[in-house]
Amino acid sequence: MTSPPLAVEMRGITKVFPGVIANENVDLEVRAGEIHALLGENGAGKSTLMNILAGLYRQDAGEIRLHGQLAQLHSPSDAIRLGVGMVHQHFKLVDSQTVAENVILGLKRPAFRLDMKRTAREIEELGARYKLAVDPGAYIWQLGVGEQQRVEILKTLYRNADILILDEPTAVLTPQESEELGQTLRRMIQEPATRGHAGNKAVIFITHKLDEVVRFSDRVTVLRGGKVEATIDTAGSSKADLARLMVGRTVVFQVEKPPFQPHVTPEQRQEVLFAVKDLHALNDKGLPALNGVSLEVHAGEILGIAGVAGNGQRELAQSITGLRKVNKGQVLVRCGGIQGKLKEVTNHTPHQIIDDGLSYVPANRLGTGLAGNLPISANLILKDYRKEPLSHGPFLDRTSIGRFAERLIGAFQITTPSAERPVRLLSGGNLQKVILAREITAGKAMLVAVNPTRGLDVGATESVQRTLLEQRAQGAGVLLVSEDLDELLAICDRIAVMYEGRVMGVMPAQDANRDELGLMMAGEHIQPEA
Amino acid sequence: MPLTLERRMEPSRTANLLVPILSIVLALAAGGVLLWLAGVNPIETYRAMLHGAFGSAYAISETLVRATPLMLTGLAVSVAFRMLFWNIGAEGQLAMGAFAASGVALFLPKLMPGISAWLLLPLMLVGGFLGGALWALIPAMLKAFLSVNEIITTLMLNYVAILWIQYLYYGPWKDPLGFGFPGTAPFVDAAWLPRLKDTAWLPQLFNTGRLHWGLALAIVAAIVVWLILDRTRWGYEIKIIGENSRAARYAGISIVRNILLVMILSGGLAGLAGFVQVAGISHRLQQGIAVGDGYTAIIIAWLARLNPFGVLVVALLMAALFVGGDQIQISMGLPAAVAGVLQGAILFCVLGGNFFTLYRVRWTSRRAVAQTEVTG
Repeated sequence: MTSPPLAVEMRGITKVFPGVIANENVDLEVRAGEIHALLGENGAGKSTLMNILAGLYRQDAGEIRLHGQLAQLHSPSDAIRLGVGMVHQHFKLVDSQTVAENVILGLKRPAFRLDMKRTAREIEELGARYKLAVDPGAYIWQLGVGEQQRVEILKTLYRNADILILDEPTAVLTPQESEELGQTLRRMIQEPATRGHAGNKAVIFITHKLDEVVRFSDRVTVLRGGKVEATIDTAGSSKADLARLMVGRTVVFQVEKPPFQPHVTPEQRQEVLFAVKDLHALNDKGLPALNGVSLEVHAGEILGIAGVAGNGQRELAQSITGLRKVNKGQVLVRCGGIQGKLKEVTNHTPHQIIDDGLSYVPANRLGTGLAGNLPISANLILKDYRKEPLSHGPFLDRTSIGRFAERLIGAFQITTPSAERPVRLLSGGNLQKVILAREITAGKAMLVAVNPTRGLDVGATESVQRTLLEQRAQGAGVLLVSEDLDELLAICDRIAVMYEGRVMGVMPAQDANRDELGLMMAGEHIQPEA
Repeated sequence: MPLTLERRMEPSRTANLLVPILSIVLALAAGGVLLWLAGVNPIETYRAMLHGAFGSAYAISETLVRATPLMLTGLAVSVAFRMLFWNIGAEGQLAMGAFAASGVALFLPKLMPGISAWLLLPLMLVGGFLGGALWALIPAMLKAFLSVNEIITTLMLNYVAILWIQYLYYGPWKDPLGFGFPGTAPFVDAAWLPRLKDTAWLPQLFNTGRLHWGLALAIVAAIVVWLILDRTRWGYEIKIIGENSRAARYAGISIVRNILLVMILSGGLAGLAGFVQVAGISHRLQQGIAVGDGYTAIIIAWLARLNPFGVLVVALLMAALFVGGDQIQISMGLPAAVAGVLQGAILFCVLGGNFFTLYRVRWTSRRAVAQTEVTG
């Protein structure tokens, strides 16, 4: 058999934004019936290229052919009509509407009477065919991220997409969910294309995780600095090869975790910095999210929390930091840092807990951690503005604030021309550096971090992980919630697994392996916690 | 399509300055077309308006008198808007400020005959501030504790406040010697805000007109508001809440406390506008105190981009439109609504022009398109 027909042909695509060339003379070929990975670091131009294919941007030069036909994509509806569906990294769903309502949103058909029962039935059938089970009547806000992603995929399938684009689909998923997604994509490329096109459906997914490229894709196109580095078959290429293509230099895969902490004595090592005892709390919907969680974080230790998203990790972090009401149980914090006294802070206000020296790196950087339109300096003082010398009594000291901001920008290597630029203009890695710089400076060696490296490229991830390890070396206690098992295995001392608001077990990181952790994340008891 | 729109990475500085100016020019041009359609000479009309607002010392004084309450209500509204608290109730807060200041002016001299202006006026000022502040505290508490939509409550309470002062000057507080005219008895002399022309040590720039010390109060208020927003921890908290209330909560900033405090300040400033109207102009509580300044304040705050000094400038322009509009009504026999039309046109153009500070329009060169075809 000759090679299968091409589903997508992009030739000489160039897209210029003010000050940046996002894509420069990019060629991309995607065959019908293949999973094609688009690999590259943050800012390599992957999303821009796909936004052009999905009709959101218009290329400055170059042409696009879909199934051999020259395509003029002036708007997303053009792309949808021609069978291109895109699942964005940030989902485009209406929270207050049901799954079924979201799926038919924007469709011209039915013209007059909505038959939601029929739509629901169609969605269920589609879900069964692709093993994408969701309840069509459920409201979006009731769903976890994994489920919301399934809705986004169903949305494209319902529109008979022949070319499905996924922008960093696994950034929000657990290993198991990622695996399921991989299987769904496999099933999709076995379905014949609609609209009378030859061949099967095609899938393009954007990622910067090498693992997924190797696990899921048939072929991969690597972008670097807006240009195509190579398009190669995945089989027969190694992760190291791909990494070299992606970053243009050989990268070390894991940050070194020093086995001991030079500044921390064994006695200090035993000291509990903060802890929760039998913690109970509700989620936003008023349902139990934490059902008796007990954990201790010691000085000089990183305690990892593994778990499928939505098993209480977020609520745990919020309960500890005073942002969520605790219904039962205790939160204990060693006030005044390592030498201080352990005291109960259950249901104290966020302000009191900040004063006690507990820092928090929230999952949603721009949503919770920063005020996007305000300058970097204003964001850097968010936790310290009440203290001397940044303010004297009710007045802010602008000179001290400027100095403070410059010092943090230097110390944490935040790349910006000025401390007065709106923080939202920074890249994801620099945003996280702003938050870490602030939290580490404000805190007293106690840190709760939720998915601090999610969505960051290799370089930024490494810098964040290194910062956490530096804190550990200085005797800090870190509670690290992460959905990246490799990260947890690499930098944690102990790993606790959460499932349905309970801790399934805690094990030293050197004894843990992916399979066991995976089973515990699925609710299997391996080693009950005393 | 050769025209494309691109979002600017940062709002452009030149556009920030140029857009409001060009918007006003455009609005005057559009208004000119309307005037021309109405059969009058637009240039002449504008000249008459300008003359009416700034043509003489008396005209300037009248414009400043008109601007004073607009400045105070504009500041009131912009403080609340900074925190994204939509205070539409400056009108009612102004009325309650006028009520409280009038209460002090009418009844305190009866308790303390011969009270000096140095005591009475400050007490009226405090009364006016508290009247507006306490009135604003009602929607603030409803919002802070019960999450009741403040747009509805502040708006509705306007009617309550306006009807309350009407009830007073038509009913229990009505001047028995007023020949049935709706209004309270005139205040004692000590309750009159001195006029600038009566202030001996001032240079005789203002030897005519009704201009009173309320203008100084408005300018001081703008400086205080600027100090609070720009230089204090409280102002920083207000800005954080306005930009991202979740980040504020995460930073340990109490949103409940700030809603209450900001509305005390906002309502208080609007109350001061009521105080200057009764103490500086009418010298009694009467019809014509609440004439929509609380609503014009919303336009002013928006046009000034919530900047306190911007509010002073825009309030002056609005006052000039009002006073100039009154003038052409007298001198050219045109309806006063002309001023309203121009106001609307200006607001429309400025808000529309705002688009160009956020986006740039770019001509896509024909060459790039041609190149596409060649490459293909």
